[in-house]
This record gives sequence, structure tokens and C-alpha cells, in this order.
Amino acid sequence: MADWVEACAVDDVEEEDVIRFDHGGRTFAVYRSPDDEFFATDGYCTHEKAHLADGLVMDDIIECPKHNGRFNYKTGAAKGAPVCVNLVTYPVKIEAGKVMIQI
Amino acid sequence: MTTMAKKRDYSLVGESTRRAIETGLASAEWYHTDVPRKAMKELMQRSDGPAIRDTVIWLAAIVGSAAGIVWFWGSWWVVPFLFVYGVLYGSSSDSRWHECGHGTAFRTRWMNDVVYHIASFMLMRNPVQWRWSHARHHTDTIIVGRDAEIAVMRPPDLLKAALAFTGILDFRYSLPTLVRQAFGSLSEEEKSYIPEMEQHKAVVAARWHMAVYIATIASAIALGSWIPLVLVGLPRLYGTWHMVTTGLLQHIGLADNVVDHRLNTRTVYMNPISRFIYWNMNYHVEHHMFPMVPYHALPRLHELIKHDLPEPNPSMWHAYREVWPVLLRQLKYEDSYLKRELPPTARPYRGEFHEVDMSAAAE
Repeated sequence: MADWVEACAVDDVEEEDVIRFDHGGRTFAVYRSPDDEFFATDGYCTHEKAHLADGLVMDDIIECPKHNGRFNYKTGAAKGAPVCVNLVTYPVKIEAGKVMIQI
Repeated sequence: MTTMAKKRDYSLVGESTRRAIETGLASAEWYHTDVPRKAMKELMQRSDGPAIRDTVIWLAAIVGSAAGIVWFWGSWWVVPFLFVYGVLYGSSSDSRWHECGHGTAFRTRWMNDVVYHIASFMLMRNPVQWRWSHARHHTDTIIVGRDAEIAVMRPPDLLKAALAFTGILDFRYSLPTLVRQAFGSLSEEEKSYIPEMEQHKAVVAARWHMAVYIATIASAIALGSWIPLVLVGLPRLYGTWHMVTTGLLQHIGLADNVVDHRLNTRTVYMNPISRFIYWNMNYHVEHHMFPMVPYHALPRLHELIKHDLPEPNPSMWHAYREVWPVLLRQLKYEDSYLKRELPPTARPYRGEFHEVDMSAAAE
């Protein structure tokens, strides 16, 4: 059974931005979309080991800082070379001003 | 320790490859200058405006100079038009290919893709193959046995480097490569960096390129004129010199097998015309450290992080004068390289990068 884990406070993530969250030896990326929704994915790009949290959020897209590979962070879908493998996404909920992700 | 006891093997599937993977040089963690997230976010922001403006100017200049070639064909007045058209087609296409390949030139993805494919065609580069080779270049910049885009290997082949300015060698390599790929054959090296699921796309792209070249040759024969070939294909020869002049400076003579772009990459101040042709890739350390920053924001990035970078070369001439003796030394002693000095405000290089034994070079 997956656990809900507190990743950060709502205010820790700016609108249309991403932050890194490490937990249990793993790394995740927590996103806040331009329409103020929260999402979570694995923290590393599926192409090479680069932290997506150093990348750029544009609308529904996270662009990897290393090779500019793009994913839809809401669905995890890879959007073309050099990324071919989708990102794993995680359910998110907001509780008392905290962003919770189900890992 | 970065000294290489054996002769360098630049194959991507050979001894150097194995060693780079074993020693952790492949896909390593690279040095980055600290930049606050807020500032970096601002620098990374995409915009269609600057690239649309520059692309309209670029295409208008291409069409205008092509019209001049057609109009003045047969007279000496054609020469300046050939000069301009050649550089726009054979050189500035490289920076368009590069920036649009990164997806940073335009905010809108399809605009990047359209310009990327046009520029790839002009350069006789398979757009699929080169997208992947460039990804590797960024992962393993000047790591011997890993980087598919090392322009001048060690010991340097100076004749080959000189011929590069004419485009002959590139032409001789690129065209047969496209033909081979169009027949469905990818080399082992190409397969080493193009994922299997993308390989068929490389074949299809090569077939499209070849179809256009065949149509161009057919129209030249039908018209009984060289003009179609002078406009399509041959500029890769007569217009490539500016791309080589600027591009060679990116890494030539600097360290290899290090994981700090300040050591293996060069920033050179250039005149505004070259910067337009080159789309600011003269800020090359900055580009490699932060490939997410679009070309039009590189001067701002440079201002922000220059305290942590080696002093840029003040001109292309200065950079070539600096590198020439190093190339001559490398003919005798291939481990020789130019170490970039850091300003006192910079974070130091990792110690082991200083420890290459240079005694033989001094003999």
C-alpha cells in the first residue's frame, strides 16, 4: 500500500515552477501548474540522470536542464527526442497547506 | 588523474569508450556555477519574438542573395551574392540547427522543429542522427571515446583542419553518409548513440534529403544550368568557412576528459555580424553549462557568471593565436593542452585536472 508523504508547503513552489523533494533514498519533482494545481513525478529525467527540478516549467511541460528533453508533467508523457521513456507520476493532494504525494 | 597513457582512441565503441565508462567519465556530474533559481528561471524563459525576428531577417537575406545569384549569374557581380548566400546557407544554418535542436530558439515547439529540419538539410546532416549525437556531446563534452562531435582530435591533423574551412571533408563525409543511411544502413557508431526506436526515423530523414538532392540534380540537367546546384548543396562547400572559423574555437586545444566546461570550452568575444550568424554561440562555456538558456539570453548569463569563468578571448584572432602553438605541441606530445586560468573570484578547478604530466611537452 503506497503511503502519503508530505513533500512541501504549498507556498514552497511558485506558480509554473518545480521543486525537488527527496525521500527514502529517492528523488521526486513537485510541480505547480499555471492554473495552480500540483503534480508530482520522478525527479530524474528518464533519458539521463539529471534533476528535473533544475529545469523549466512551461504550461504543462517540464523541460530537462541537461538535454532539453520535454515531458508533460501532468501525465508523464515523453514529448519527443531525446526523451523516449515516460516519467512516472504520483497522485497529489493538498492538506492543511501541505503538498502530499502518494509514493 | 586525467593523463592518458595510451594513444587516444576516438571510436565510440572502442578502448577509450570502455575506459571512460569504467572511470566514471561517461555521463558524469559536471561543474556548474551557482546561479540563484530565480535568476536562472528568468534566463531560461522562452520567447518567440527574437527568433522570429532573426529568422525573418535570415530567410529574407537568403532569398535576396539567391535572387542576386540568379540575376547576376555569368558576371563578376555574382561574387558578393555568392559570398552572402554561401555564409547564410553553409554557416549560419549550423547555429540555427543547434539552437532549434535544443528547442530553445523559439518558445513554440513546431517553429523550432521547422527551422531545425531546414537547417539540417542545408548542412547535409541527418536531423535524427545529429540530434542524438549532440545530446551525447552535451553529456560527455570532449570525453574521448564518448563525444561524437570532437572536431579536432589529438594529435591534430592540421591539413584536415585546414581543409575543413573549404567544406570538402564534411561534404565528402556527409553526402555518402546520407546515401548509406537512405539505403537503410546505420553504422555501429551511429547505433551506439541513436536509440533503437529512433533508428528508422534516421533512415526516413536521409531518404527525404536524398529526394531533394535528386530533384535538384534533375532540375540542373533539365535547365542545362549550374544554378540549382549552386543554390542547393554546393553552398555547403563554398559557404562553410564562417561556421568552421567560429565553431573550431569552441573546444580546440583545451583539455579533454575533464568534467568542467571551464577547462574544455572557450568563450570568445565576437563582432555583431559573426554573433548574428553564430547566434551567440561564442558564449560557449555558458551554453554548455546551462543549455536551457536561449541564445538571446546568453550575453546576460555571461554577465552573471563571468566572475567564475576564465577570461574570454577578446577576439577570434586572439583565440587562434593562442591555440596555434598548442596544436604544434600536440603534434609531438598529444597530452599537451591549454589550461584556462581562472580569475581570483572563481571557484577552483578540481585538483586532479591540474595533474597532467607535461614534462615531455617541454622537452
